[in-house]
Amino acid sequence: MAKKTTNKSNEKGWEYAPSLESTGHIELKESYDLFIDGKWVKPSSGKYFETINPANEKVLAKVAHANEEDVDRAVKAARKAYDTVWSKMAPSERAKYIFRIARLMQERARELAVIETLDAGKSIRESRDIDVPLACNHFFYYAGWADKLDYAFPTRKVESLGVAGQIIPWNFPLLMAAWKIAPALAAGNTVVLKPAETTPLTALKLAEIIELSGLPAGVVNIVTGFGDTGAAIVAHPDVDKVAFTGSTAVGKHIQRAIAGTDKKVTLELGGKSANIIFEDAPIDQAVEGIVNGIFFNQGHVCCAGSRLFVQESVAELVVRKLKQRMDSLYVGDPLDKNTDIGAINSKEQLEVINKYIKIGIEEGAEMYQPSCEIPSKGYFCKPTLFSNVAQSNLIAQEEIFGPVLTIQTFRTVDEVIQKANNSPFGLAAGVWTDKGSRIFNLTTKLRAGVVWANTYNKFDPASPFGGYKESGFGREGGLHGLRAYVKLK
Amino acid sequence: MGSTIPTVNFDWISFSTECVSLTEFGFFYGMSKPKPSPQFLSIPASPSIDKVGVEERCARFQTRSIKNDAKMQGLKMVLNMIDLTTLEGKDTPGKVRQMCYKAQHLHDSYPGLPTVAAVCVYPSMVGIARKELKDSIVKIASVSTAFPSGQAPMSVKLEDTRFAVSEGADEIDMVISRGKFLAGEHNFVFDEIAAIKEACGKARLKVILETGELSTLDNVRRASDIAIHAGADFIKTSTGKIQPAATMQVTYTMLMAIRDHYDRTGIMIGMKPAGGISTSKLALHNLVMVKEVLGEKWLSNEWFRFGASSLANDVLMQIMKTETGLYQSPEYFSMD
Repeated sequence: MAKKTTNKSNEKGWEYAPSLESTGHIELKESYDLFIDGKWVKPSSGKYFETINPANEKVLAKVAHANEEDVDRAVKAARKAYDTVWSKMAPSERAKYIFRIARLMQERARELAVIETLDAGKSIRESRDIDVPLACNHFFYYAGWADKLDYAFPTRKVESLGVAGQIIPWNFPLLMAAWKIAPALAAGNTVVLKPAETTPLTALKLAEIIELSGLPAGVVNIVTGFGDTGAAIVAHPDVDKVAFTGSTAVGKHIQRAIAGTDKKVTLELGGKSANIIFEDAPIDQAVEGIVNGIFFNQGHVCCAGSRLFVQESVAELVVRKLKQRMDSLYVGDPLDKNTDIGAINSKEQLEVINKYIKIGIEEGAEMYQPSCEIPSKGYFCKPTLFSNVAQSNLIAQEEIFGPVLTIQTFRTVDEVIQKANNSPFGLAAGVWTDKGSRIFNLTTKLRAGVVWANTYNKFDPASPFGGYKESGFGREGGLHGLRAYVKLK
Repeated sequence: MGSTIPTVNFDWISFSTECVSLTEFGFFYGMSKPKPSPQFLSIPASPSIDKVGVEERCARFQTRSIKNDAKMQGLKMVLNMIDLTTLEGKDTPGKVRQMCYKAQHLHDSYPGLPTVAAVCVYPSMVGIARKELKDSIVKIASVSTAFPSGQAPMSVKLEDTRFAVSEGADEIDMVISRGKFLAGEHNFVFDEIAAIKEACGKARLKVILETGELSTLDNVRRASDIAIHAGADFIKTSTGKIQPAATMQVTYTMLMAIRDHYDRTGIMIGMKPAGGISTSKLALHNLVMVKEVLGEKWLSNEWFRFGASSLANDVLMQIMKTETGLYQSPEYFSMD
């Protein structure tokens, strides 16, 4: 007979034990040089800067700071590789190299994911399940196009552009490198790429992979540094194409810098995207979509659904459910497999976010943050929601680039279209409704490059991405992404 | 039938009027359908369910990593939530007696383990089980209402239920009339559940939706709402006779119905996924889901059960592995 004491085994609550991804298998050098012409070279200035782990503020490695002279060397190497090897190579041979890079990345996926998490602060769940696999897929996808360019643009003669100068941001370091490098190589261009100063490590690991792949010297060059390094790339006279992802302010600088030259340019800039919930939406899945829209990657996503519009009749319900869901999010060590929200990328960015949170409170919006603990060391920010927000609030107009959501209500379809479009940005939008016709009505009227229906923040190498208005121009991904790296005659 | 529609208490979603079809109320030109009970009309419209979104959410539960202490505690919770089940035509008193012993002595060579929550048998076996379990903490659940098809007249279903209760069942696992549900006669389903609830007396009522026959998550959600409002103490996914049974998507959809009901009324309803949960890993994923959707209050066998026959041994094997570091052969675990 069983003992009659108790038949309950859950009297103390059930907490997940910490489950840290191991870092034992990764290889990081103490310091990294510049990857130019297939070799690792010291910066001519001799200067190095530190890159830290934003989750504990510890130094991960020292990285070379490239100046104008280094950039010039890199561009020259890229030009030489373009003229002598890459543009002359049979497209099917080019494809083999790109496939090889993709496969090598897959083989080292675990290492890349851990380094991405260490350097950028994003949760291991995301870098493991999203960033790294998507980055690999971009290489696989564009490798497939390399020998089919004539079919990509039927009846046109396709030519490559030459040397592409590419500057990428810190929010998706490896993924953005893949978005930039893969289509450029497939179309027959050579590359000088500068990763962001706070997150250079996975691009440098990618350089190691490229070295291992036997890609001809100079086809891809990686130069690390700050804004001055990027400016040198943009200003270099022998760069044929500038591709930039980052802030709208820097995008405007680039536009000015290349005015009057025949450089081609694509800019993928900021956003303040509208996520619109109608009363007939699948509410619970919409709540999940809201969470995924704004808290994915700590809100460091240019297309983050940072402006939530909820139809008034369901506003109370949605906000209540949203708060419940936020309470179940884990904020903490990015290496813990159970972490949903990792560390803010840098001290500077945390200050920006906190500034906006302060503004929101001053503007009279109602703030909600879950009562979860956040680590005392490192840069962390609780998921934050502002309700009772008006279109005229600064927090509803300016890009915060953090886990901060503003909620506005609306009554009619026309009203929400007007409000959603009432922004200098136009990168993305989300529409949640059970009605198919309403989805199509909105997708034609919303001035945004990407409109998701009943989902949010979904990416695929085959689907183009890019903005309207101050969110930039040009498309990345898919056939459209290829178009940005070719001349058509 | 009336030209005036009774006042409907839609306190939850204001658009609900367009979502409740007239056929549901039985007001269809010239057709006479059984008049729905007034309580049925107070069920709020069920929100629509997006299957893709549900699948994504369920995938997220599976990325939670359960290790060390959390794993051991979770496994013991799972054991303690099992309704050890035998529902076969070939069930005999001997089989039921042996299962009742196992229910209280899962693995005596490793002391300190909990018992399962209940045994689950056909009405004809309830008396045997009661004699065997006497006043043990292990409860006796009996299926009823012409399980598993439910294709019997109401009087038979009521008698089936009363018999099981009189034989000593603590809990009744009824099946809904899926045919009626799919024919749009939701009020019939509601009234049937309400009647069985009454026949249960003090026994707790679990309502089996047989989600594998309901085909869409929208239907699962609507059936959950009907069952909850008709008086279910527990809602349960499946009979175990139809595949697919307790998928995470289905269980999640039902948990959300429980959540919404709790948020509206403060009343807790229990959940029992049954059929297809045969591994510890899947069981732990289910617990993660309960914890994150409903909260820790639901993490006890008063509010959450697994209907399973082979799950217990897999959990025992995992517990012994966690304890000793080695997997033991299945032969070390009793097969009752």
